[in-house]
Amino acid sequence: MTTPPTPPGKLGWRRAKVRENKDETGSAHTVFLDDEHWQAHEAGQHIDVRLTAPDGYQASRSYSLSSGPGEGPAITVERVDDGEVSPYLVDALEPSDEIEIRGPIGGYFVWRPDMGPTLLIGGGSGIAPLRAIWQARTDAAPMGVIYSSQTAQRVIFAEELTQARDMYVRVHLTREEHADYRHGRVGVSDLSEAIEAVKPQLIYVCGPTAFVESVSQNLVGMGIDPRALRTERFG
Amino acid sequence: MATRGFQGRPRTESAAVPPGQYVTDDFPVLTAGPTEYIDEADWKMTITDGTTSKTYDWQSLHALGTVDLVTDFHCVTHWTKLGSTWTGVPVAKVFEDAGVEEFEHALVKSYGGYTTNLPTEDLLEHDAMIAVAFEGDDLTPAHGGPVRLFVPHLYLWKSAKWLSEIRFTDDEEPGFWERAGYHNYGDPWREQRYYSD
Ligand SMILES: Cc1cc2nc3c(=O)[nH]c(=O)nc-3n(C[C@H](O)[C@H](O)[C@H](O)COP(=O)(O)OP(=O)(O)OC[C@H]3O[C@@H](n4cnc5c(N)ncnc54)[C@H](O)[C@@H]3O)c2cc1C
Repeated sequence: MTTPPTPPGKLGWRRAKVRENKDETGSAHTVFLDDEHWQAHEAGQHIDVRLTAPDGYQASRSYSLSSGPGEGPAITVERVDDGEVSPYLVDALEPSDEIEIRGPIGGYFVWRPDMGPTLLIGGGSGIAPLRAIWQARTDAAPMGVIYSSQTAQRVIFAEELTQARDMYVRVHLTREEHADYRHGRVGVSDLSEAIEAVKPQLIYVCGPTAFVESVSQNLVGMGIDPRALRTERFG
Repeated sequence: MATRGFQGRPRTESAAVPPGQYVTDDFPVLTAGPTEYIDEADWKMTITDGTTSKTYDWQSLHALGTVDLVTDFHCVTHWTKLGSTWTGVPVAKVFEDAGVEEFEHALVKSYGGYTTNLPTEDLLEHDAMIAVAFEGDDLTPAHGGPVRLFVPHLYLWKSAKWLSEIRFTDDEEPGFWERAGYHNYGDPWREQRYYSD
């Protein structure tokens, strides 16, 4: 098989080398990549990842960049047990392996510092692009984070969130009680408390479809202008 | 070049699936913003060429007669759904009834502000329909109900949910995702995902 010359620009498929495959929570790993052609990304963008089997069969999926704009490309992947691509990325990838990527991609779910105070609401692995966004925060653009996770063990970036004293942070656990976290789903009262505290101009919601639907419905029901909402559904 | 250690799912010699797509049994939801909730009774859509226009509601749309279509469809986020049944009014029928002029381009608008563009030909000469039901049931709000556009031969972002207007124009005006770097045409078989594909 001959490989066509790499198309120029960020949307051509390129080989990227795994620098590190870091275990975050057991079920989620952050894969740090080296890509000599990488062009700086904006917070909130994603890449497409493509894997090729020995018989030439290919599978590709989208993954948000969890690294901040100044950092190199990194994705944070949660293992979907019967999935095709995510178990490979989480369990099998080792440093110096190569995978194909393209990107950065996306001009809608992006955040720039001139967007002002912002509330980030993530469910599960939906925290990945939100991490890139909070990495980009400035004094002029304060941020709040609401993060819904099933169990304490599965909270990704827990340490970073605990240490980010300049952010309003509330982590919810839906399947267990824990002294450090709120118990139960993110409800209307949690949303209004956060809005009161952060006074956001924009609200970013990301995660599994059901989570994004429920949160954005509640926000619109509370009178938030739909144009102030940016949503990304992971499937 | 194979990816070390990657096998992938067992291959099925099933129906043709466009490159880079996988088959799903679910019907995932992808929308740029929050879901719009519009009552059947409140829903309206305008077909216009800038001079002539006609507005339809639920009754006057149905009065044109619906057809069933069994087809596959493809989302740019890599999933494909095979063989589902859609019910709606062919766009060509509405176009004819509205008596608008056949300009080269169409700009489609949704409740909530979403837009997408496509060649008029793709609305009139293919299976494109103004859809009202999926697998025999009313379309749910999350899937674009009460009424959405459905253009099965292009990536699903062209199938605007919560349809409010189709405008036929001389000039091409890129829609929401088209301006955000996605492909202007979006043919799954040529894998036209992003603008440079
Ligand atoms: C813009 C965007 C950004 C994203 N960012 C992230 C991110 O940052 N982190 C992250 O973890 N995920 C992210 N996702 C989700 C990611 O793209 C994948 O969907 C996810 O990793 C699951 O892929 P998979 O191949 O492991 O599972 P899949 O193989 O796709 O399976 C997913 C589910 O569908 C079922 N399924 C699908 N196809 C078949 C089949 N042929 N036969 C049987 N069952 C099937 C499986 O049972 C499984 O439950 C993002 C998605 C989008 C659209």
